[in-house]
Amino acid sequence: MNPALVATLLKYAVMFGVFINVAPIMNWVERRACAYIQDRPGPNRVGPLGLFQPLADAAKFMFKEDVTPAAADKLLYLMAPVLALLPAFTTFVIIPFGPDLTVGGRTIPLVVAPVDTGVLLFLALSSLAVYSLVLAGYASNNKFSLLGGIRASAQLISYELALTLSVLAVLLPVNSFRLADIVAYQQTHVWNFIPQILGFFVFLVASFAETNRLPFDLPEAESELIAGFHTEYSAMRFAAFFQAEYTNMAALAALGVTLFFGGWSLPGVHLGGWLGAIVGLVTLIAKLCVCMAVFVWVRWTFPRFRYDQLMRLGWKVLLPLSILNLILVAAMTLAGWL
Amino acid sequence: MSSVPISWYLMLAALLFAIGTVGALTRRNGISIFLSIELMLNAANLTLVAFSRQMGDRTGQLIVFFVMAVAAAEAAVGLALFIAVFRARRTIDVNRLNLMRG
Amino acid sequence: METFIFLIFAALAVVSSLVVVMHRSPVYATMSLVVTLFSVAVLFVLLGAPFLGALQILIYAGAIVVLFLFVIMLLNLQKEGEAAGRWRGQLWVAIPGALIFIGMVGLVFWRQGAPDLQPLTPDLVSLKGLATALFTDYLLPFEIVGLLLLVAVIGATVAARRAPDAADGSGPLPREDFVAEETARKEARP
Repeated sequence: MNPALVATLLKYAVMFGVFINVAPIMNWVERRACAYIQDRPGPNRVGPLGLFQPLADAAKFMFKEDVTPAAADKLLYLMAPVLALLPAFTTFVIIPFGPDLTVGGRTIPLVVAPVDTGVLLFLALSSLAVYSLVLAGYASNNKFSLLGGIRASAQLISYELALTLSVLAVLLPVNSFRLADIVAYQQTHVWNFIPQILGFFVFLVASFAETNRLPFDLPEAESELIAGFHTEYSAMRFAAFFQAEYTNMAALAALGVTLFFGGWSLPGVHLGGWLGAIVGLVTLIAKLCVCMAVFVWVRWTFPRFRYDQLMRLGWKVLLPLSILNLILVAAMTLAGWL
Repeated sequence: MSSVPISWYLMLAALLFAIGTVGALTRRNGISIFLSIELMLNAANLTLVAFSRQMGDRTGQLIVFFVMAVAAAEAAVGLALFIAVFRARRTIDVNRLNLMRG
Repeated sequence: METFIFLIFAALAVVSSLVVVMHRSPVYATMSLVVTLFSVAVLFVLLGAPFLGALQILIYAGAIVVLFLFVIMLLNLQKEGEAAGRWRGQLWVAIPGALIFIGMVGLVFWRQGAPDLQPLTPDLVSLKGLATALFTDYLLPFEIVGLLLLVAVIGATVAARRAPDAADGSGPLPREDFVAEETARKEARP
């Protein structure tokens, strides 16, 4: 077999292993953290500290009755959870997780897809997440689901612009779309979130909106539209949406970490070979954990945005801020400060 | 040397263009006509990129860039016009939108 | 390998474009268009234009088609009914016409032989080269397209607005009698 193909498959297996475990771990973390914030114990019956709760949830999802609404559009109804998983499991292929590895005479970059259009590919694939929301809402033949779906897609496309512009500002001093180049730049200069703090702020808020997390989770608001666009989904289909949401969060967090916090690199640490690769992967996972903790912390702290407040924030506040950030970073790059 | 000759790409583009033309001519729903027009634009884009590859010139790719931007602008304005027409006439059926006829 | 990928995605593009053109439900046609756009994006990458492939997904599949879906759901478009008898002849004319068109194109290329594609040079594929050309040789079209997009945004916003003085009071400005009532009520309160 083509050795490059083997290498790519192995790298994808590693990244897949990391990202598919996000959902069950986050399930436990979310419930225990929210319980801690709300001053109650949280799940503590299933195993020590409730650590086997995700297993119990998985068993529940598998055995629950699978109900399909009678007048639902069957094909679109079945396709929506699958479409939700598509961007989740394809966007992380451009995230580098270590320095270049030299195996048997050939140098392997530790990215599943070391393409020239790195970040652009991430943005392109993550923009496909809109479809699952809209189709789930439309196909469920339920007014509340449809409303949830349309609101979700409007929210997603509005915040995509601010996200893209804040990412674009990071690319200016680096002159490249590849995330490996961005990490290399941050190894020689200070981490990007310090000179581009405005861009980081815009990225943070936009990523909350892109992943439908509180304070922007009106599409799946539990107290507003029953459960929004996934009202009519039960059992494994709901588990698919659940998994897709957490994996999307993790992928976007990985992108944010790579763009603003140095990715797999630690300042002052320059290991090579297999040890460097493992340390890089562990560093990336650790930074991911911090990011996910922030996601959970914000969720259980802030109230939800109303739909008009949400749209106003996206178009009238974040978009001008991200354009301002782009101009500032361009000026700083021209002045030679970056 | 690529193993796929350029004529395959051009025939595929011609086929897509022809399918888009059939759609634009036979559908009654205004939105479906629009979708067929997008299909035709994509076929043209594919032809441009194929020729750009064959001649080793980057101009074709740049023209595709502009075609995509123009297609986006056209889709936005066209759909806004459809919404306005729907509000006035309550239908998108192009057979019934014949106020200016004769 | 490359032939294999080309054949798969070319077949996918043709089948999904047929569904776009023939399916009666607008939502299904739109989703098939997404599949077509995806296949064409893969073909762009095969032809050595990965930037255009990513742009195709980002702009076409990620924004334009979403706009289509929005409008379809906003207008609540139903499946098209059966074509009335008078129009069915149109299909019998259109399809042979399309086949003749393809035949003519095919004839041109079978006559000329099938020239092989030039090998991919890093220069052709490079993003830097594309960007440099865009901002030096093609700066004027670039700026004009920016202006065009601005005009399109303004035009779309204006075209889709409700008239401010609509008779059914559905405009963004409040009706005059309502304003008068509220003013009178506010003045009545000390």
